[in-house]
Amino acid sequence: MIELRNVSYEITDEKDKAKEIIKNVSLKVDSKQFVVITGPNGGGKSTLARLIAGIYKPTSGSVYMNGIDITDMSISDRAKAGIAFAFQQPVRFKGIRVKDLLSIASGGEASLSQACEYLSAVGLCAKDYINRDVDGSLSGGEIKRIEIATLLARKCSIAVLDEPEAGIDLWSFSNLIKIFEKMREERDRSIIVISHQERILDIADEIVVVKDGSIVAKGARETIMPELLKGTEGCRYYQ
Amino acid sequence: MDRIEEALLEEIAQLHGIPEGAYNIRLNGQLESRSSTANIDIVSKEDNPGIDIIIKPGTKNEKVHIPVMISQSGINDLVYNDFYIGEDSDVVIVAGCGIHNCGELESRHDGIHTFHVGKNARVRYIEKHYGEGDGTGENTMNPTTVVEMEEGSYMEMDTMQIKGIDNTVRDTKAVLKGAGAKLVVKDKVFTHDRQHADAVFSVKLNGENCTCDLTSRAIAKNTSTQTFTADIEGNAPCASHTECDAIIMDDAKISATPQIKANDLDAALIHEASIGRIAGEQLIKLMTLGLSQEEAEEQIIAGFLR
Repeated sequence: MIELRNVSYEITDEKDKAKEIIKNVSLKVDSKQFVVITGPNGGGKSTLARLIAGIYKPTSGSVYMNGIDITDMSISDRAKAGIAFAFQQPVRFKGIRVKDLLSIASGGEASLSQACEYLSAVGLCAKDYINRDVDGSLSGGEIKRIEIATLLARKCSIAVLDEPEAGIDLWSFSNLIKIFEKMREERDRSIIVISHQERILDIADEIVVVKDGSIVAKGARETIMPELLKGTEGCRYYQ
Repeated sequence: MDRIEEALLEEIAQLHGIPEGAYNIRLNGQLESRSSTANIDIVSKEDNPGIDIIIKPGTKNEKVHIPVMISQSGINDLVYNDFYIGEDSDVVIVAGCGIHNCGELESRHDGIHTFHVGKNARVRYIEKHYGEGDGTGENTMNPTTVVEMEEGSYMEMDTMQIKGIDNTVRDTKAVLKGAGAKLVVKDKVFTHDRQHADAVFSVKLNGENCTCDLTSRAIAKNTSTQTFTADIEGNAPCASHTECDAIIMDDAKISATPQIKANDLDAALIHEASIGRIAGEQLIKLMTLGLSQEEAEEQIIAGFLR
C-alpha cells in the first residue's frame, strides 16, 4: 500500500519564481489495486510518480508505505523496500549491458533463464539482447521494453510505470496489457501506471485524473471513463 | 616470481603463472623467462634493450604474452619491442606492465612497441597498465606504439590504464599504408588522486579505402588531470571515426583536442567528443534499482571502462 498525504511539490522556475507543480494531493493505492493516473500533459503526473519513487522530495506533506512514513527515505532505500519505477524516457548508458541492468534489478547475478523470462515477457529474445549495451544503439521501442523487463526483475510490491506505452508498437502493446495482468495475478502489489491509453485505462481498478497539479477526478473505471471520453468523439486520443 | 609479482601478472595479463605458447616475461629490467614456438620466434635485440617478435606468415590462432613487471623501487626500464606480423596470420598479443612500488624512488617503464603488420594479417593487441604499492615513489609509464599496416591488414588495439600510474604519456602513431587496411583502437584511461595522463594519437590514412575507428574513454577522479590529442589525416579515399568520451569527477580536469585533416576529396573523417560529469539520470536509474549512490557510480565507471 502506498499513500500520499497532502503532498505538495514546488520548484523555482528560471525567473526565480516559486511554482507549485503538485498541490496538496492525497492519494491511496491499496496492495491489490491497479490505478491509472491520467490527465493532460504538463499536469503533474510524472512528478507524482517521481515523488512516490523518492526522486523528488515533497515540499510539504508525507508519503507512506504500508503505514510507515517514507517521506525522508532515499531513492535506494525505497527501492530496497520494494518500490520499482519504470522511466518514461529510459536512461541510456555507455558500457552497461542489458544483463547488468537485469542483474542489478534482481539483486544478484541474473541467470540466463531468468533473463530469458524477463525479456521474453516483453517480446525480446534474450540471446540477441543480453549482451547488448543499454545505449544509443537500441531503438526507442527496444529500450522501453528493456525498461519494463527490468521492472519485472525487481519482484517489487509497488510498481510505478511512467507512460509505459510510449514508443511501444501495436504488437507489444497487447503484450504490455498481458504483463500488467500477470503482475496483478502474481502477488499482492500496488500498480500505478501513468497513461493516456484507453486500453490501459480499460483495465484499471481506479482512474485518477490529474490536472494543473491537483486531482480533479478519482473513482472506479466505470464512473470515470465515460467522463473522460466525453468530447473526444471524432478523435479517439484523449487530449 | 614472488607473490607480489604473480599478483601483478594476474592483474595485467590475467595469467596464473607461466603462460602456454610463446611468451617473454620481463622483471625489474631483466629477462625472467622466455619461450618461442614453431611459428613465433622471440629473440633479444643486439643494438638496444628489448626483443623482436617474429610471427611466421600464415600463423593462425596463436597468442603471445609479453608482460613486464617492476617490483623494486627506483627501476628505470626502457625497452624496444618490434613485432613482425607475417602475411595472412591471425594472432593475439597480450602486453601490459605492472609496477609495485613500496619505496621512495620513481619506478619507470618506457616501452616502444613497433608493429609491422603484413599483408592481410590480423592482430589483436591487448595492453594493460597498472600500478600499486604504498611507497612515496611515483609510478611512471610511457608507452609508445608505432604501427605500420600493409594492404588488407587489420589491427585491433585494446589498451587500458587501470589505476595507480602517476605519470604517463601514451603515444600512438599509425600509418595505414596499404589499401583496405583497418585499425580499431579502444583506449581507456583511469586517473585518480594527483595523477596526470596524456594520450596522443596520430593516424595517417594513406592507403585507398583504409579505415580507422578510434574510441577513447577517460575517467579522471580527485584532482587528476588528463589530455587527449588526436590527429587524423586522410590522404586517400578513406574513412575514419574518432570518439572521445570523458567523465570528470571531484576536482579533476580533462582537455580534448581533436584534429581531423582531409587531404583527399573522398576522405570521410568524423570526430565526436564529450566531457562531463556522470549524468544525474544514470545515477537515479541505478538507485531506483536499489544501489546506493556510491555503488551506482562504481557501476557506471566499471561499465564505461569495460
